[in-house]
Amino acid sequence: MTAPRNKIEVRSLTKSFGEKPVLNGVDLDLREGESLVVIGGSGTGKSVLIKSILGLLTPDGGRIVIDGQEVTDLRSHERERIMRKFGMLFQGSALFDSLSVWENVAFGLVQGRGMRRKEAREIALEKLASVGLGPDVAGLYPAELSGGMQKRVALARAIAGDPEIIFFDEPTTGLDPIMADVINNLVIERRTALGATTLSITHDMASVRKIAERVAMIHGGKIVWSGPIAEIDRSGNPYVDQFIHGRAEGPIKMEVRHP
Amino acid sequence: MAFNPFAFIGRSVLVFFEVSGRLVMFAAQSIAHSVTPPLYVRLIARQMVEMGYYSLPVVGLTAIFSGMVLALQSYTGFSRFTAESSIPIVVVLSMTRELGPVMAGLMVAGRVGAAIAAEIGTMRVTEQIDALRTLSTNPFKYLIAPRLIAGFTMLPVLVLIADIIGVMGGYLVSVYKLGFNAQGYLENTFEYLEAEDVVSGLVKAAVFGFLIALMGCYHGFRSRGGAQGVGTATTNAVVSGAILVLVFNYVITEAFFAK
Repeated sequence: MTAPRNKIEVRSLTKSFGEKPVLNGVDLDLREGESLVVIGGSGTGKSVLIKSILGLLTPDGGRIVIDGQEVTDLRSHERERIMRKFGMLFQGSALFDSLSVWENVAFGLVQGRGMRRKEAREIALEKLASVGLGPDVAGLYPAELSGGMQKRVALARAIAGDPEIIFFDEPTTGLDPIMADVINNLVIERRTALGATTLSITHDMASVRKIAERVAMIHGGKIVWSGPIAEIDRSGNPYVDQFIHGRAEGPIKMEVRHP
Repeated sequence: MAFNPFAFIGRSVLVFFEVSGRLVMFAAQSIAHSVTPPLYVRLIARQMVEMGYYSLPVVGLTAIFSGMVLALQSYTGFSRFTAESSIPIVVVLSMTRELGPVMAGLMVAGRVGAAIAAEIGTMRVTEQIDALRTLSTNPFKYLIAPRLIAGFTMLPVLVLIADIIGVMGGYLVSVYKLGFNAQGYLENTFEYLEAEDVVSGLVKAAVFGFLIALMGCYHGFRSRGGAQGVGTATTNAVVSGAILVLVFNYVITEAFFAK
Protein backbone atom coordinates (compact mmCIF):
# COMPACT_ATOMS: atom_id res chain seq x y z
CA MET A 1 0.00 0.00 0.00
CA THR A 2 1.13 3.51 -0.73
CA ALA A 3 1.55 6.14 1.94
CA PRO A 4 -1.79 7.62 3.04
CA ARG A 5 -2.69 10.64 0.93
CA ASN A 6 -3.47 14.02 2.36
CA LYS A 7 -7.13 14.70 3.02
CA ILE A 8 -6.45 18.35 3.74
CA GLU A 9 -3.41 20.46 2.93
CA VAL A 10 -2.97 23.92 4.40
CA ARG A 11 -0.17 26.05 2.95
CA SER A 12 1.15 29.37 4.33
CA LEU A 13 -2.27 30.38 5.59
CA THR A 14 -2.51 33.92 6.91
CA LYS A 15 -5.35 35.75 8.59
CA SER A 16 -5.44 39.04 10.47
CA PHE A 17 -8.17 40.77 12.38
CA GLY A 18 -7.59 44.47 11.95
CA GLU A 19 -3.94 45.11 12.76
CA LYS A 20 -3.55 41.88 14.69
CA PRO A 21 -2.17 38.87 12.77
CA VAL A 22 -3.66 35.63 14.09
CA LEU A 23 -2.42 33.11 11.56
CA ASN A 24 1.04 33.88 10.26
CA GLY A 25 1.79 31.24 7.64
CA VAL A 26 0.33 27.96 8.88
CA ASP A 27 1.36 24.75 7.08
CA LEU A 28 -0.54 21.65 8.06
CA ASP A 29 -1.35 18.27 6.53
CA LEU A 30 -4.22 16.07 7.58
CA ARG A 31 -3.65 12.51 6.35
CA GLU A 32 -6.49 10.25 5.40
CA GLY A 33 -7.83 8.27 8.35
CA GLU A 34 -5.66 9.85 11.02
CA SER A 35 -6.58 11.68 14.19
CA LEU A 36 -4.69 14.93 14.42
CA VAL A 37 -4.96 17.20 17.43
CA VAL A 38 -3.85 20.82 17.26
CA ILE A 39 -2.84 22.18 20.65
CA GLY A 40 -2.03 25.70 21.68
CA GLY A 41 -2.94 28.32 24.24
CA SER A 42 -6.10 30.36 24.22
CA GLY A 43 -6.15 32.99 21.49
CA THR A 44 -3.44 31.38 19.38
CA GLY A 45 -5.69 30.97 16.37
CA LYS A 46 -6.77 27.33 16.70
CA SER A 47 -10.42 28.16 16.08
CA VAL A 48 -9.53 30.58 13.30
CA LEU A 49 -7.59 27.77 11.62
CA ILE A 50 -10.48 25.31 11.51
CA LYS A 51 -13.01 28.00 10.64
CA SER A 52 -10.82 28.99 7.71
CA ILE A 53 -10.65 25.39 6.50
CA LEU A 54 -14.44 25.15 6.76
CA GLY A 55 -14.85 28.41 4.84
CA LEU A 56 -16.57 30.15 7.75
CA LEU A 57 -13.77 32.73 7.67
CA THR A 58 -12.01 33.96 4.56
CA PRO A 59 -8.23 33.77 4.91
CA ASP A 60 -6.08 36.70 3.80
CA GLY A 61 -3.56 34.51 2.02
CA GLY A 62 -2.34 30.98 1.51
CA ARG A 63 -4.00 27.86 0.12
CA ILE A 64 -6.34 25.20 1.44
CA VAL A 65 -6.72 21.98 -0.53
CA ILE A 66 -9.39 19.42 0.38
CA ASP A 67 -9.24 16.05 -1.40
CA GLY A 68 -7.02 17.59 -4.05
CA GLN A 69 -9.40 20.48 -4.70
CA GLU A 70 -8.42 24.06 -4.01
CA VAL A 71 -11.21 25.53 -1.89
CA THR A 72 -9.92 28.98 -1.01
CA ASP A 73 -12.31 30.83 -3.30
CA LEU A 74 -15.19 28.49 -4.03
CA ARG A 75 -18.64 29.72 -4.95
CA SER A 76 -21.28 29.11 -2.32
CA HIS A 77 -23.05 26.12 -3.89
CA GLU A 78 -19.74 24.33 -4.52
CA ARG A 79 -18.81 25.09 -0.94
CA GLU A 80 -22.08 23.51 0.21
CA ARG A 81 -21.20 20.39 -1.77
CA ILE A 82 -17.74 20.19 -0.14
CA MET A 83 -19.30 20.71 3.28
CA ARG A 84 -21.16 17.41 2.96
CA LYS A 85 -17.84 15.68 3.57
CA PHE A 86 -17.56 17.46 6.91
CA GLY A 87 -18.98 17.15 10.36
CA MET A 88 -18.22 19.79 12.94
CA LEU A 89 -18.64 19.73 16.70
CA PHE A 90 -18.73 23.30 17.99
CA GLN A 91 -17.25 24.39 21.26
CA GLY A 92 -20.55 25.65 22.66
CA SER A 93 -22.45 22.84 20.89
CA ALA A 94 -24.30 25.48 18.76
CA LEU A 95 -27.53 23.50 18.75
CA PHE A 96 -30.51 25.24 17.12
CA ASP A 97 -32.62 26.20 20.10
CA SER A 98 -35.84 26.54 18.12
CA LEU A 99 -35.67 22.89 17.05
CA SER A 100 -36.06 19.71 19.07
CA VAL A 101 -33.15 17.34 19.68
CA TRP A 102 -33.98 14.95 16.83
CA GLU A 103 -34.63 17.83 14.42
CA ASN A 104 -31.19 19.17 15.31
CA VAL A 105 -29.56 15.83 14.57
CA ALA A 106 -31.56 15.37 11.37
CA PHE A 107 -31.01 18.96 10.21
CA GLY A 108 -28.19 18.31 7.75
CA LEU A 109 -30.04 15.33 6.29
CA VAL A 110 -33.32 17.21 5.78
CA GLN A 111 -32.13 20.70 4.82
CA GLY A 112 -28.73 19.90 3.32
CA ARG A 113 -29.59 16.68 1.44
CA GLY A 114 -33.35 16.87 1.03
CA MET A 115 -34.11 13.62 2.86
CA ARG A 116 -37.72 12.96 3.95
CA ARG A 117 -38.37 13.92 7.57
CA LYS A 118 -39.63 10.48 8.57
CA GLU A 119 -36.56 8.75 7.20
CA ALA A 120 -34.24 11.37 8.72
CA ARG A 121 -35.90 10.90 12.10
CA GLU A 122 -35.01 7.19 12.06
CA ILE A 123 -31.38 7.99 11.34
CA ALA A 124 -31.38 10.71 14.02
CA LEU A 125 -32.65 8.24 16.62
CA GLU A 126 -29.95 5.77 15.58
CA LYS A 127 -27.24 8.41 15.90
CA LEU A 128 -28.59 9.53 19.27
CA ALA A 129 -28.46 5.93 20.47
CA SER A 130 -24.85 5.68 19.27
CA VAL A 131 -23.90 8.54 21.62
CA GLY A 132 -25.86 6.97 24.48
CA LEU A 133 -29.08 8.98 24.32
CA GLY A 134 -32.46 7.25 24.30
CA PRO A 135 -35.54 8.13 22.26
CA ASP A 136 -37.02 9.90 25.32
CA VAL A 137 -34.53 12.74 24.75
CA ALA A 138 -35.39 13.12 21.05
CA GLY A 139 -38.44 15.32 21.59
CA LEU A 140 -36.83 17.66 24.13
CA TYR A 141 -35.39 21.08 23.29
CA PRO A 142 -31.67 21.88 23.74
CA ALA A 143 -32.39 24.29 26.62
CA GLU A 144 -33.83 21.36 28.60
CA LEU A 145 -30.54 19.40 28.46
CA SER A 146 -27.40 19.54 30.61
CA GLY A 147 -24.10 20.68 29.05
CA GLY A 148 -22.84 17.11 28.72
CA MET A 149 -26.02 15.98 27.01
CA GLN A 150 -25.95 18.98 24.66
CA LYS A 151 -22.43 17.99 23.71
CA ARG A 152 -23.60 14.47 22.91
CA VAL A 153 -26.45 15.78 20.79
CA ALA A 154 -24.00 18.05 18.99
CA LEU A 155 -21.76 15.02 18.40
CA ALA A 156 -24.72 13.07 17.04
CA ARG A 157 -25.51 15.99 14.72
CA ALA A 158 -21.88 16.20 13.55
CA ILE A 159 -21.83 12.51 12.59
CA ALA A 160 -25.42 12.29 11.27
CA GLY A 161 -24.37 12.57 7.64
CA ASP A 162 -21.59 9.95 7.97
CA PRO A 163 -18.90 12.55 7.24
CA GLU A 164 -15.44 11.67 5.91
CA ILE A 165 -13.82 14.42 7.95
CA ILE A 166 -14.86 15.50 11.44
CA PHE A 167 -13.65 18.62 13.24
CA PHE A 168 -13.86 18.87 17.00
CA ASP A 169 -13.58 22.35 18.52
CA GLU A 170 -12.66 21.89 22.18
CA PRO A 171 -14.81 18.78 22.64
CA THR A 172 -14.28 18.59 26.40
CA THR A 173 -14.22 22.26 27.43
CA GLY A 174 -16.68 23.10 30.18
CA LEU A 175 -17.39 19.49 31.15
CA ASP A 176 -16.48 17.70 34.37
CA PRO A 177 -13.55 15.23 34.07
CA ILE A 178 -15.79 12.17 33.98
CA MET A 179 -18.13 13.58 31.32
CA ALA A 180 -15.04 14.78 29.43
CA ASP A 181 -13.77 11.20 29.38
CA VAL A 182 -17.16 9.94 28.22
CA ILE A 183 -17.05 12.42 25.33
CA ASN A 184 -13.44 11.42 24.52
CA ASN A 185 -14.49 7.78 24.37
CA LEU A 186 -17.42 8.64 22.13
CA VAL A 187 -15.15 10.64 19.84
CA ILE A 188 -12.78 7.65 19.45
CA GLU A 189 -15.60 5.15 19.10
CA ARG A 190 -17.51 7.11 16.46
CA ARG A 191 -14.34 7.90 14.54
CA THR A 192 -13.42 4.21 14.39
CA ALA A 193 -16.96 3.24 13.45
CA LEU A 194 -17.10 5.75 10.60
CA GLY A 195 -13.46 5.40 9.55
CA ALA A 196 -13.33 9.17 9.46
CA THR A 197 -10.37 11.54 9.41
CA THR A 198 -10.49 13.87 12.39
CA LEU A 199 -8.98 17.19 13.34
CA SER A 200 -9.46 18.34 16.91
CA ILE A 201 -8.35 21.47 18.68
CA THR A 202 -8.04 21.52 22.41
CA HIS A 203 -5.92 22.65 25.31
CA ASP A 204 -7.03 19.75 27.51
CA MET A 205 -3.95 17.47 27.68
CA ALA A 206 -5.93 14.50 29.04
CA SER A 207 -8.08 14.70 25.94
CA VAL A 208 -5.02 15.06 23.68
CA ARG A 209 -3.37 11.90 25.06
CA LYS A 210 -6.57 9.99 24.67
CA ILE A 211 -7.74 10.90 21.16
CA ALA A 212 -4.60 11.99 19.27
CA GLU A 213 -2.50 9.91 16.91
CA ARG A 214 -0.52 12.92 15.82
CA VAL A 215 -0.17 16.31 17.50
CA ALA A 216 0.66 19.73 16.09
CA MET A 217 1.36 22.71 18.29
CA ILE A 218 0.38 26.20 17.14
CA HIS A 219 2.03 29.26 18.60
CA GLY A 220 2.39 32.80 17.32
CA GLY A 221 0.25 31.97 14.28
CA LYS A 222 2.55 29.13 13.13
CA ILE A 223 2.85 25.40 13.63
CA VAL A 224 5.96 25.16 15.85
CA TRP A 225 6.05 21.38 16.23
CA SER A 226 4.25 18.30 14.97
CA GLY A 227 4.79 14.61 15.56
CA PRO A 228 3.23 11.36 16.76
CA ILE A 229 1.63 11.42 20.21
CA ALA A 230 4.24 8.95 21.48
CA GLU A 231 6.95 11.56 20.93
CA ILE A 232 5.23 14.45 22.64
CA ASP A 233 7.09 13.93 25.94
CA ARG A 234 10.48 13.96 24.22
CA SER A 235 9.83 16.52 21.52
CA GLY A 236 12.82 18.62 22.55
CA ASN A 237 10.69 21.63 21.71
CA PRO A 238 10.59 24.19 24.54
CA TYR A 239 7.10 25.43 23.53
CA VAL A 240 5.63 21.94 23.62
CA ASP A 241 7.37 21.12 26.91
CA GLN A 242 6.04 24.24 28.55
CA PHE A 243 2.54 23.62 27.25
CA ILE A 244 2.15 19.96 28.16
CA HIS A 245 3.48 20.56 31.65
CA GLY A 246 1.43 23.71 32.09
CA ARG A 247 4.26 25.94 33.31
CA ALA A 248 3.91 29.69 33.58
CA GLU A 249 7.66 30.10 32.91
CA GLY A 250 9.09 29.38 29.50
CA PRO A 251 9.30 30.71 25.97
CA ILE A 252 5.52 31.30 25.81
CA LYS A 253 4.83 34.57 27.57
CA MET A 254 1.33 35.11 28.82
CA GLU A 255 0.17 38.68 28.70
CA VAL A 256 -0.39 39.22 32.36
CA ARG A 257 0.13 42.67 33.80
CA HIS A 258 1.40 42.96 37.31
CA PRO A 259 0.16 46.04 39.09
CA MET B 1 -2.76 65.85 18.83
CA ALA B 2 -4.69 68.81 17.45
CA PHE B 3 -8.12 68.20 15.96
CA ASN B 4 -7.81 67.90 12.20
CA PRO B 5 -11.10 68.79 10.49
CA PHE B 6 -9.98 67.35 7.13
CA ALA B 7 -9.15 63.98 8.64
CA PHE B 8 -12.53 64.00 10.36
CA ILE B 9 -14.41 64.76 7.14
CA GLY B 10 -12.39 62.20 5.22
CA ARG B 11 -12.94 59.49 7.78
CA SER B 12 -16.67 60.18 8.01
CA VAL B 13 -17.06 59.99 4.23
CA LEU B 14 -15.09 56.73 4.06
CA VAL B 15 -17.12 55.17 6.87
CA PHE B 16 -20.34 56.28 5.18
CA PHE B 17 -19.38 54.62 1.90
CA GLU B 18 -18.11 51.53 3.67
CA VAL B 19 -21.35 51.03 5.59
CA SER B 20 -23.65 51.78 2.67
CA GLY B 21 -21.60 49.53 0.39
CA ARG B 22 -21.77 46.68 2.86
CA LEU B 23 -25.49 47.20 3.31
CA VAL B 24 -26.17 47.23 -0.42
CA MET B 25 -24.12 44.05 -0.89
CA PHE B 26 -26.02 42.40 1.93
CA ALA B 27 -29.36 43.52 0.47
CA ALA B 28 -28.43 42.32 -3.03
CA GLN B 29 -27.40 38.92 -1.70
CA SER B 30 -30.55 38.67 0.41
CA ILE B 31 -32.83 39.55 -2.52
CA ALA B 32 -31.04 37.10 -4.79
CA HIS B 33 -31.68 34.30 -2.30
CA SER B 34 -35.30 35.39 -1.79
CA VAL B 35 -36.26 35.07 -5.46
CA THR B 36 -34.36 31.90 -6.44
CA PRO B 37 -35.32 28.33 -5.48
CA PRO B 38 -35.21 26.47 -3.22
CA LEU B 39 -37.48 28.42 -0.88
CA TYR B 40 -38.42 27.04 2.50
CA VAL B 41 -42.21 27.27 2.37
CA ARG B 42 -42.75 26.17 5.97
CA LEU B 43 -40.37 28.79 7.29
CA ILE B 44 -41.94 31.52 5.16
CA ALA B 45 -45.39 30.56 6.44
CA ARG B 46 -44.18 30.61 10.03
CA GLN B 47 -42.64 34.08 9.61
CA MET B 48 -45.84 35.35 7.96
CA VAL B 49 -47.85 34.26 10.97
CA GLU B 50 -45.26 35.70 13.33
CA MET B 51 -45.11 39.09 11.57
CA GLY B 52 -48.62 39.41 10.23
CA TYR B 53 -51.01 37.71 12.60
CA TYR B 54 -49.24 38.55 15.85
CA SER B 55 -48.81 42.20 14.85
CA LEU B 56 -52.56 42.63 14.36
CA PRO B 57 -53.41 43.78 17.92
CA VAL B 58 -50.73 46.46 18.11
CA VAL B 59 -51.35 47.71 14.56
CA GLY B 60 -55.14 47.65 15.07
CA LEU B 61 -54.93 49.67 18.29
CA THR B 62 -52.62 52.22 16.70
CA ALA B 63 -54.97 52.54 13.73
CA ILE B 64 -58.19 53.01 15.67
CA PHE B 65 -56.75 55.72 17.89
CA SER B 66 -55.14 57.47 14.92
CA GLY B 67 -58.49 57.52 13.13
CA MET B 68 -60.30 58.78 16.19
CA VAL B 69 -57.86 61.58 16.90
CA LEU B 70 -57.85 62.60 13.22
CA ALA B 71 -61.61 63.16 13.31
CA LEU B 72 -61.39 65.20 16.50
CA GLN B 73 -58.46 67.34 15.39
CA SER B 74 -59.83 68.09 11.94
CA TYR B 75 -63.17 69.02 13.50
CA THR B 76 -61.37 71.56 15.69
CA GLY B 77 -59.85 73.18 12.64
CA PHE B 78 -62.59 72.77 10.06
CA SER B 79 -65.45 73.95 12.29
CA ARG B 80 -63.80 77.38 12.32
CA PHE B 81 -64.77 77.85 8.67
CA THR B 82 -67.75 75.50 8.53
CA ALA B 83 -65.99 72.81 6.52
CA GLU B 84 -67.04 69.91 8.77
CA SER B 85 -68.27 67.96 5.75
CA SER B 86 -64.62 67.48 4.69
CA ILE B 87 -63.78 65.48 7.80
CA PRO B 88 -64.61 62.03 6.32
CA ILE B 89 -62.37 62.57 3.32
CA VAL B 90 -59.55 63.97 5.45
CA VAL B 91 -59.70 60.93 7.71
CA VAL B 92 -59.71 58.38 4.89
CA LEU B 93 -57.00 60.11 2.85
CA SER B 94 -54.72 60.56 5.86
CA MET B 95 -55.18 56.96 6.90
CA THR B 96 -54.65 55.30 3.53
CA ARG B 97 -51.93 57.55 2.17
CA GLU B 98 -49.98 58.37 5.28
CA LEU B 99 -50.87 57.27 8.77
CA GLY B 100 -51.77 53.65 8.01
CA PRO B 101 -48.41 52.74 6.45
CA VAL B 102 -46.26 54.96 8.69
CA MET B 103 -47.88 54.00 11.98
CA ALA B 104 -47.95 50.31 11.09
CA GLY B 105 -44.37 50.59 9.82
CA LEU B 106 -43.10 52.15 13.04
CA MET B 107 -44.94 49.69 15.26
CA VAL B 108 -43.71 46.72 13.22
CA ALA B 109 -40.16 48.15 13.21
CA GLY B 110 -40.28 48.03 17.00
CA ARG B 111 -41.96 44.65 17.32
CA VAL B 112 -40.63 42.63 14.42
CA GLY B 113 -37.32 44.37 13.69
CA ALA B 114 -36.24 43.85 17.29
CA ALA B 115 -37.33 40.22 17.35
CA ILE B 116 -35.49 39.42 14.11
CA ALA B 117 -32.27 41.12 15.23
CA ALA B 118 -32.33 39.45 18.65
CA GLU B 119 -33.00 35.99 17.24
CA ILE B 120 -30.46 36.11 14.41
CA GLY B 121 -27.96 37.93 16.65
CA THR B 122 -28.16 35.21 19.28
CA MET B 123 -27.73 32.58 16.58
CA ARG B 124 -24.65 34.43 15.37
CA VAL B 125 -22.90 34.75 18.74
CA THR B 126 -23.67 31.15 19.75
CA GLU B 127 -22.18 29.87 16.44
CA GLN B 128 -25.56 28.55 15.25
CA ILE B 129 -25.12 30.39 11.93
CA ASP B 130 -21.71 28.74 11.48
CA ALA B 131 -23.39 25.44 12.32
CA LEU B 132 -25.95 26.03 9.54
CA ARG B 133 -23.10 26.43 7.05
CA THR B 134 -21.39 23.24 8.18
CA LEU B 135 -24.71 21.42 7.63
CA SER B 136 -24.74 22.54 3.98
CA THR B 137 -27.50 25.07 4.59
CA ASN B 138 -27.20 28.62 3.34
CA PRO B 139 -28.16 31.01 6.15
CA PHE B 140 -29.41 33.56 3.60
CA LYS B 141 -31.91 31.01 2.31
CA TYR B 142 -32.81 29.54 5.65
CA LEU B 143 -32.92 32.62 7.90
CA ILE B 144 -33.04 35.79 5.85
CA ALA B 145 -35.16 35.02 2.77
CA PRO B 146 -38.22 33.86 4.78
CA ARG B 147 -38.14 37.02 6.88
CA LEU B 148 -37.77 39.36 3.91
CA ILE B 149 -40.57 37.64 2.02
CA ALA B 150 -42.83 37.72 5.07
CA GLY B 151 -42.10 41.42 5.70
CA PHE B 152 -42.65 42.36 2.07
CA THR B 153 -45.99 40.56 1.82
CA MET B 154 -47.48 40.89 5.30
CA LEU B 155 -47.09 44.61 5.93
CA PRO B 156 -49.42 45.55 3.03
CA VAL B 157 -52.03 43.19 4.49
CA LEU B 158 -51.60 44.78 7.91
CA VAL B 159 -51.88 48.25 6.41
CA LEU B 160 -55.06 47.39 4.53
CA ILE B 161 -56.59 46.25 7.80
CA ALA B 162 -55.25 49.35 9.57
CA ASP B 163 -56.87 51.55 6.90
CA ILE B 164 -60.26 49.98 7.54
CA ILE B 165 -59.93 50.16 11.32
CA GLY B 166 -58.68 53.76 11.13
CA VAL B 167 -61.67 54.84 9.05
CA MET B 168 -63.88 53.07 11.54
CA GLY B 169 -62.25 55.04 14.36
CA GLY B 170 -63.00 58.32 12.58
CA TYR B 171 -66.54 57.16 11.90
CA LEU B 172 -67.16 56.28 15.57
CA VAL B 173 -65.98 59.64 16.84
CA SER B 174 -67.79 61.61 14.13
CA VAL B 175 -71.11 59.81 14.50
CA TYR B 176 -71.28 59.19 18.24
CA LYS B 177 -69.43 62.24 19.55
CA LEU B 178 -69.68 64.95 16.91
CA GLY B 179 -73.22 64.11 15.79
CA PHE B 180 -72.60 63.29 12.11
CA ASN B 181 -75.20 61.42 10.10
CA ALA B 182 -73.90 57.84 9.79
CA GLN B 183 -74.91 57.26 6.17
CA GLY B 184 -73.71 60.70 5.08
CA TYR B 185 -70.34 60.10 6.72
CA LEU B 186 -69.77 56.86 4.83
CA GLU B 187 -70.94 58.37 1.52
CA ASN B 188 -68.56 61.28 1.98
CA THR B 189 -65.75 58.90 2.84
CA PHE B 190 -65.95 56.97 -0.42
CA GLU B 191 -67.07 59.73 -2.76
CA TYR B 192 -63.63 61.23 -3.31
CA LEU B 193 -61.47 58.21 -2.47
CA GLU B 194 -59.42 56.98 -5.42
CA ALA B 195 -57.67 53.68 -5.98
CA GLU B 196 -54.31 55.44 -6.04
CA ASP B 197 -54.77 56.61 -2.44
CA VAL B 198 -54.97 53.05 -1.19
CA VAL B 199 -52.42 51.64 -3.64
CA SER B 200 -49.75 54.20 -2.79
CA GLY B 201 -50.18 53.27 0.88
CA LEU B 202 -49.82 49.59 0.10
CA VAL B 203 -46.70 50.19 -1.99
CA LYS B 204 -45.23 52.07 0.95
CA ALA B 205 -46.15 49.20 3.24
CA ALA B 206 -44.40 46.62 1.06
CA VAL B 207 -41.22 48.71 0.95
CA PHE B 208 -41.35 49.37 4.70
CA GLY B 209 -41.87 45.68 5.47
CA PHE B 210 -38.88 44.78 3.34
CA LEU B 211 -36.68 47.46 4.92
CA ILE B 212 -37.65 46.56 8.49
CA ALA B 213 -36.90 42.88 7.95
CA LEU B 214 -33.67 43.75 6.14
CA MET B 215 -32.47 45.94 9.03
CA GLY B 216 -33.30 43.23 11.56
CA CYS B 217 -31.43 40.60 9.55
CA TYR B 218 -28.46 42.84 8.75
CA HIS B 219 -27.81 43.95 12.31
CA GLY B 220 -28.49 40.51 13.73
CA PHE B 221 -26.19 38.89 11.20
CA ARG B 222 -23.34 41.26 12.01
CA SER B 223 -23.68 41.19 15.79
CA ARG B 224 -20.56 40.31 17.74
CA GLY B 225 -19.51 39.43 21.23
CA GLY B 226 -22.29 38.01 23.37
CA ALA B 227 -25.29 39.53 25.09
CA GLN B 228 -24.11 43.11 24.75
CA GLY B 229 -23.55 42.71 21.03
CA VAL B 230 -27.03 41.30 20.57
CA GLY B 231 -28.47 44.21 22.56
CA THR B 232 -26.69 46.73 20.37
CA ALA B 233 -27.83 44.93 17.23
CA THR B 234 -31.44 45.01 18.42
CA THR B 235 -31.31 48.73 19.18
CA ASN B 236 -29.67 49.48 15.83
CA ALA B 237 -32.25 47.39 13.98
CA VAL B 238 -35.16 49.28 15.52
CA VAL B 239 -33.64 52.74 15.14
CA SER B 240 -32.41 52.25 11.56
CA GLY B 241 -35.69 50.52 10.62
CA ALA B 242 -37.76 53.43 11.94
CA ILE B 243 -35.57 56.04 10.26
CA LEU B 244 -35.67 54.23 6.92
CA VAL B 245 -39.47 54.01 7.20
CA LEU B 246 -39.67 57.80 7.58
CA VAL B 247 -37.13 58.53 4.83
CA PHE B 248 -38.71 56.18 2.31
CA ASN B 249 -42.14 57.47 3.27
CA TYR B 250 -41.11 60.82 1.83
CA VAL B 251 -39.36 59.32 -1.19
CA ILE B 252 -42.38 57.21 -2.17
CA THR B 253 -44.83 60.03 -1.49
CA GLU B 254 -42.88 62.27 -3.82
CA ALA B 255 -42.70 59.56 -6.48
CA PHE B 256 -46.49 59.25 -6.48
CA PHE B 257 -46.94 63.04 -6.20
CA ALA B 258 -44.85 63.70 -9.31
CA LYS B 259 -47.19 61.70 -11.52
